[in-house]
Amino acid sequence: MSQALEILLTATFWAAALRIASPLIFGTLGALICERSGVLNLGIEGIMTFGAMVGWLTVFWGGDLWIGLAAAAAGGAAFGLLHALLTVPLGLSQHVTGLGITLLASSLTYYLYRLFVPQAATPPTIRSFVPVQIPYLSDLPLLGPALFAQTPPVYVALALVGIVAYVLYRTPLGLAIRAVGENPHAAEAQGVSVIGVRVGAVVAGSALMGMGGAFLTLAAFNSFFFNMIQGRGWVCIALVIFASWRPGKALLGALLYGAFDAYQLRLQTMVPGVPYQVFLMLPYVMSIGMLVSMSRRAMVPQALMQPYRRGE
Amino acid sequence: MRFERRERVPVVLALAAPLAAVLAALAICSVLVAAAHAPVMMAYAELVAGAFGSRLAITETLTRATPIILTGLAAAVAFRARFWNIGAEGQFYAAAIAVAAVGSHELSVPPMVLIPLLLAVGALAGATLLAGPAVLKVRFGVDEVVTTLLLNFIVLLAVSMMIEGPMKDPLAFGWPQSVPLVDDALLPKVVPRSRLHLGFLVALVAAGAVALVNARSVFGFESRAVGLNAEAARFAGIPVGGVLVRVGLLSGGLAGLAGALEVTGLKGYVTLDLSPGFGMTGVIVAMLAGLRPIAVIPTAIFVAGIFVGADAMGRAYGIPGFIADVILAVSLLAMLVALLFTSYRIRR
Amino acid sequence: MPRTVLRLDDVTKRFGALVANDAVSLELREGELLALLGENGAGKTTLMNILFGHQTADAGRVEAFGRELAPGRPRAAIDAGIGMVHQHFTLAANLSVLDNVMIGTEPLYRLGSRRAFARRRLAELAGRFGLAVAPDAPVSGLSVGERQRVEILKSLYRDARILALDEPTAVLTPQESARLFATLRAMAREGLSVIFISHKLDEVLAVADRIVILRGGRVVAERRAAETDRAELAELMVGRRVARPTREPVPPGEILLEARDVTVDERGRRSLDRASFSLRTHEIVGVAGVAGNGQAALMRLLAGLTVPTAGTLALFGQPVLQPDPRSLVRRGVARVPEDRLAQGVVADMAVWENAVLERVGDAPFSKFRVLRREIAVAHARDLLRRFDVRGGDAFTLTRALSGGNMQKLILGRNLAQAPRLVIASQPTRGLDEGAVAEVHGRLLQARRAGAAIVLISEDLDEILALSDRVHVIARGGLSASIAVADADPARLGMMMAGHFGVAEAEHDALRAS
Repeated sequence: MSQALEILLTATFWAAALRIASPLIFGTLGALICERSGVLNLGIEGIMTFGAMVGWLTVFWGGDLWIGLAAAAAGGAAFGLLHALLTVPLGLSQHVTGLGITLLASSLTYYLYRLFVPQAATPPTIRSFVPVQIPYLSDLPLLGPALFAQTPPVYVALALVGIVAYVLYRTPLGLAIRAVGENPHAAEAQGVSVIGVRVGAVVAGSALMGMGGAFLTLAAFNSFFFNMIQGRGWVCIALVIFASWRPGKALLGALLYGAFDAYQLRLQTMVPGVPYQVFLMLPYVMSIGMLVSMSRRAMVPQALMQPYRRGE
Repeated sequence: MRFERRERVPVVLALAAPLAAVLAALAICSVLVAAAHAPVMMAYAELVAGAFGSRLAITETLTRATPIILTGLAAAVAFRARFWNIGAEGQFYAAAIAVAAVGSHELSVPPMVLIPLLLAVGALAGATLLAGPAVLKVRFGVDEVVTTLLLNFIVLLAVSMMIEGPMKDPLAFGWPQSVPLVDDALLPKVVPRSRLHLGFLVALVAAGAVALVNARSVFGFESRAVGLNAEAARFAGIPVGGVLVRVGLLSGGLAGLAGALEVTGLKGYVTLDLSPGFGMTGVIVAMLAGLRPIAVIPTAIFVAGIFVGADAMGRAYGIPGFIADVILAVSLLAMLVALLFTSYRIRR
Repeated sequence: MPRTVLRLDDVTKRFGALVANDAVSLELREGELLALLGENGAGKTTLMNILFGHQTADAGRVEAFGRELAPGRPRAAIDAGIGMVHQHFTLAANLSVLDNVMIGTEPLYRLGSRRAFARRRLAELAGRFGLAVAPDAPVSGLSVGERQRVEILKSLYRDARILALDEPTAVLTPQESARLFATLRAMAREGLSVIFISHKLDEVLAVADRIVILRGGRVVAERRAAETDRAELAELMVGRRVARPTREPVPPGEILLEARDVTVDERGRRSLDRASFSLRTHEIVGVAGVAGNGQAALMRLLAGLTVPTAGTLALFGQPVLQPDPRSLVRRGVARVPEDRLAQGVVADMAVWENAVLERVGDAPFSKFRVLRREIAVAHARDLLRRFDVRGGDAFTLTRALSGGNMQKLILGRNLAQAPRLVIASQPTRGLDEGAVAEVHGRLLQARRAGAAIVLISEDLDEILALSDRVHVIARGGLSASIAVADADPARLGMMMAGHFGVAEAEHDALRAS
């Protein structure tokens, strides 16, 4: 029993937790930005898949790792633009459009991968990001290896939490995004272009989602394989609700999930006789639990999922 | 530019919409076909031939259509009440494993009773699985999109656990699969020397039954009212929560029936690739069919044709099979746009 | 003669076959208070929407301070110095007052918001015009009057020199209305020009300098307030003699509904606090009050949608323990909700489907849970005829009906059953004079036939015209009732502000006698 608790005191555990949480930080922040402006983006699972593939393929073809990350962001933004155009000016159902985008982005991912990458016994690999040892800080006990010896994209994710929070709460753009998500008629009456802000927010959020997918192929692992995302996109959607649409709580939620997933992985080897699938199920069950715990008290952006038609 | 709602949807437009959507999808995807260095028109011709060009092709297409009709019905029933059941995949597998669990033992029950029993077991498994998200939505306001989606992963892991563990087929080599069903539990073929089984007819009957329920029953009326305006329905005294739960049970049951038929009619055992995404395909079928149960039949057959034809196209021209998924995803989005034009007029 | 600050020339707007504004021309002068008068559907709101850029005119032009206004963009109107106070407040409830005021005031590319500056400016404006607000308060917690102050401050913050107000007193008590108009007059003295929409004749006469009357989308007349009177305005506004039906005295009968200290808690808040009232046959009981004081909660209670947390409710002598809408409908309770599109009908269903919406599970419309369509359709046709519902047949999509006809359908499906209890909330909201008269006629008819009627309305004129007794609802509490003869606007205004004492004293006196 104590062995089970001892895991929590090792640095490698917390390093793994943060590493697992990072793609979720990108994805949750991305979904949060979209939803704050009033648009639910269920294309996240597909966009993360596409971002993972595009980022990896860019590097496979000789590009720099950071270019790969940027390409993933661009790919995500492209699908985000499609989702935005269909749901904002045209006002189509956000649920069905989002699912359609997920299907399109996923199937396009696999088609293009199959087309460009010859089939092999094991998927080809690239040289992914290596962990950076930050001088002095990485020598701290526990915190050192956990927080200050991660791959660069992890630090990008953490920085983004602060950036998104700052933009949302301290800039006119952030106020416009929030206004558009709470009462688009009020925003329009104050001279803010609801359509412009919503499209922009969805594009920006989707770019982050793409980066989240690329984290998996460029930092966590070094190859792309099918069904890589494994529902992380949907977990992000649940985490946004858990976070009450706030960036700080989104980080907390992602870390909680990461810690839980890291823990479950280690438990598998420690508890004999229980099939590994049971442990793999636990993070999904936890996500549902997080969703249920917040549903009663959620401060939903008032105009979320309501199409906006001018003059109505 | 403004959108003005139409008072009545012209039938011509309603029928033309899915057609236009699919044609648009095929046109857009021709770019992908070309990227695979294949001649576009000839490749598409191979697609059509592979789907409907021979007796074998047609039976294959109809066989493939069987589960898709049911998952399409499952989505149509749910979406009509604005209950976003995206968990048909999980419900399918839950039913499949339940059927394999019950049907792999020698029960002294004649096939005439055993088969309907197994189908009922499958439907019940699917319905039970969706009951959880339904209750969570009604009692706690938990969004059913995420819960049903996450459940898919959970169920798949549970099935994997079963077929690697207690339900493992000791005689199978290679990929893990479940113990097989006894012979009495298998559905007969309706066309000899083909894979087309009785399940296809069951699916047709199911579509008819759902159409009847929608049009003639109080439940059908109430679920439509809830889907269109839940608040007004509640004010009028319609028990919205109860209606949603019942819609969930019906939808889950239909998806479960799909799994049950696939196991008893086609495969005879459960593997992890029993469903190549039937659940999501059902969503596409439901939208293309305008959520109408009878329209689901030709739509599902058509969609199955795309899959079967894409296999043929792949074998002939080396085009990755995923082209079918891309075509259908684009069709879905194009259909949404087309629906916009049937419901609204554009005015300056 | 002061200069013209706003000029509309031949503004025309069509929605399909309907001409909402037909070559409307008018002028607003500096420092003037202009009233735009007309009944519902006359085109007033559309005109203001065109002015502010929410809609684009099909023809005509708008000139502000001598320069033509670019159509279709609120930002153009704001930049030209026009500010609008909307009828349905355009405020984001989850954001603070300061946030709401600041929306759209700074360029989006700026890296940091200048909140301290905005806060100071807001405080200065609030002080100058007497519109006190707390900048960090979330709008969701503000009263209706306070929200309107924020609406006005939004325009003043943007340096509006022309202020357009859409039915500003619809949601205010008489005292609050008086205060608002004093504020507007002060603004006019400072050089602002005000144009406001109203359909209340007394108000318009008391406050405006000039009155423009719209009818059927056209300007039919213009008058100086000092040179006209109520009767002339009424006739110009409606164009024909539409007399609203009057109530004749009928002695009330036995008690049908009795509520004692009924309290309702919803979502952790007390929405109704110890309400006591009784309803008798042959009687209309009015519940007056400004929006947002618990009317919706009262309606939900009486409609069978909520269960009382405390207190007793007895219907036809029997205690109501588990209210549910269907059983209420079966026992003869008719309910007319306040929002016909959101609660009354499923707009995308056919007329016949909405006609039987509340009773679809009962005989004769279904049997063994199978719908009997022909019977339902026949019933719908009968309703359409008896209640003069126009604009479609039984198979028309309900959305296609006009507001008045939709309301007649809702009334019809309830009144056709000769109900014993009628609960109507804002039954004439958004209806034109003709439809209002018809609705009032039906309610009075029901009263004559012996029904007990609860009329929840924000329209004081309506309450005073139809009720036998009047309660006032304020902040979730219900006053005792006073006879309508003793209910004058001033007294009711006091009660709406929460001073129930005036009613209590009289109630005790009544009981003692």
